[in-house]
Amino acid sequence: MNDRQVLVQVKELKKYFPITQGILFQREVGAVKAVDEISFDIYKGETLGLVGESGCGKTTTGRTILQLYRPTSGNILFDNVELVTASSKKLRNMRKRMQMIFQDPYASLNSRWTVSRIVSEPLRVHNLHSGEDRTKRVEELLDMVSISAQCLNRYPHEFSGGQRQRIGIARALASEPEFIVCDEPISALDVSIQAQVVNLLEELQDHLGLTYLFIAHDLSMVRHICNRVAVMYLGVLVELTDRDELFSNPLHPYTKALLSAVPIPDPKITRSRKRVVLEGDPPSPANPPAGCRFHPRCPIATEQCKREVPEWRELKPRHWVACWKA
Amino acid sequence: MSALLQIKDLQVQFQTIEGTVHAVNGISYDLDKGQTLGIVGESGCGKSVSVLSVMGLIPEPPGEITKGEVIYRGKDLLKMDKKEIRKIRGKEIAMVFQDPMTSLNPVLTIGRQLSEAQILHLKISKEEATSRSIELLNIVGIPKPEERLGEYPHQFSGGMRQRVMIAMALSCQPSILIADEPTTALDVTIQAQIVELTKKLRDQMDMAVIWITHDLAVIAELADRIIVMYAGFIVEETDIFQLFENPLHPYTLSLLKSIPRVDKRIDERLATISGYPPNNLIMPPGCSFAPRCSHHIDRCWVEVPKLKNVGSNHQIACWVDVTTGKEL
Repeated sequence: MNDRQVLVQVKELKKYFPITQGILFQREVGAVKAVDEISFDIYKGETLGLVGESGCGKTTTGRTILQLYRPTSGNILFDNVELVTASSKKLRNMRKRMQMIFQDPYASLNSRWTVSRIVSEPLRVHNLHSGEDRTKRVEELLDMVSISAQCLNRYPHEFSGGQRQRIGIARALASEPEFIVCDEPISALDVSIQAQVVNLLEELQDHLGLTYLFIAHDLSMVRHICNRVAVMYLGVLVELTDRDELFSNPLHPYTKALLSAVPIPDPKITRSRKRVVLEGDPPSPANPPAGCRFHPRCPIATEQCKREVPEWRELKPRHWVACWKA
Repeated sequence: MSALLQIKDLQVQFQTIEGTVHAVNGISYDLDKGQTLGIVGESGCGKSVSVLSVMGLIPEPPGEITKGEVIYRGKDLLKMDKKEIRKIRGKEIAMVFQDPMTSLNPVLTIGRQLSEAQILHLKISKEEATSRSIELLNIVGIPKPEERLGEYPHQFSGGMRQRVMIAMALSCQPSILIADEPTTALDVTIQAQIVELTKKLRDQMDMAVIWITHDLAVIAELADRIIVMYAGFIVEETDIFQLFENPLHPYTLSLLKSIPRVDKRIDERLATISGYPPNNLIMPPGCSFAPRCSHHIDRCWVEVPKLKNVGSNHQIACWVDVTTGKEL
């Protein structure tokens, strides 16, 4: 990946959700700052991991990139086409090229539809293939995810969680996308099934040249599947770098704490290592702390951290971090 | 020394429209005083059902404990009537559930819920219960406990709610704490807090802990012994170091190979276990894991393997020696 081509550019992206009060006449009384000015690039063919605690804005980021939420401000360029201001016709055309795999395979498939209808829906929406060809394409898609073509007329409830996730993946692949946002695609699955689905995602990436934004909270899996990793805290990015660099040389105190909280499946190692246990919970994104958002939980915070927002800077080549002390 | 809690040949079934679900199929294990036992398995393997039966919390019908004994301090809990078991449940054996959102009552204050068990079991006054509750919240690390006693569950975050659940479970100084996936719904940073807290309290109170989880990494941090369950059977039981160093059941072996680690980089594809977990409606004549097992021999299909010793303090239920591929 020396000759790296940017596929998705996220520039100063903001997504606020209004907090309203009142019954008939709703007025805005504040906003949940789910994503508060983040910028990063996603390169063609890579898997970029996006990690953080629940409520840090990682899912919102993924959905806003795909324009499932319209951003409050900022720009998103997909293959150099601006999505935020694009007309709905143009956007629909672009949507073919970017898809999503959801976390909960029980909620993301319509339980009244057959597998064939679920997987062929993107083909119908985008007018791809018709008649016999479409059925063939659906069979081909199911074959890619190792679901037997005999299952075409079955309903989602007849499948296990892992199989449903495969159907969700087949649907995401239907319109031949280049970019897929995988929103915690394995966290709802059993341990013995997780590896199957991860391997499938990797194989599909190799064959189809896909680019992934892999949203996850399981850092062990992220270390395995991602090329680069971005760490989010309370709506902002705190660190972004190559996988090996992040895991062997984390610079932000939050990343360090997050890594040390991940249990290691080896009693000897896990019991002998020193742990940074973070105190308390993340604050509310409706009213984030001033200065560095991490300062109330940070073990090395100074006066400067309480007052000034740390700059997002490239401290080392390809290693971005937002911390005054790094 | 006899064990604090002994489960003997426990069998639990559920009657459903689709047929009988064989949730737990004759499992036995002991828990010693002050010991931490980890029970690991995937969803539907019977790990929760096995401890719910200990607490007398299996809804009957559809559930039914068809066989077995649960001996606590010389008495069979399964033979007790409701009144007797209430004296033990919540007092001597306490439980923390997976989802702290649904296991607290949303319309009662935290203080009220915390004092309830204490007033009932310890026969103390409301005032005493309140001051004990403040102390308990302090122990589990909730700041400003006096103020928070009057608050409702929705005013607490997920991690804080789980702390309240732990405080509640500890309120009568139980000798056994059963924790059913207590950190599954929580973030890793909060999980680390809860694990550290449990370790500290366990050691201070000399309490036995049964920690149920699907996450082998979490259990590596705090268990002394470990039981691996699959399809309602115990497939492997040994001490925690032995299990990770020298796993001998094919299921444990492949499970350990399939999980990535945060401290190591794996460049090849992850090892997988083919197929899907069984549905427990049909009891196969042989080993339940055989269809997914890469080591299976003819015998595996016809006869259910019994748990047997394969070393000091190490038992597996398998017909095959995974190191040689031959029959044990």
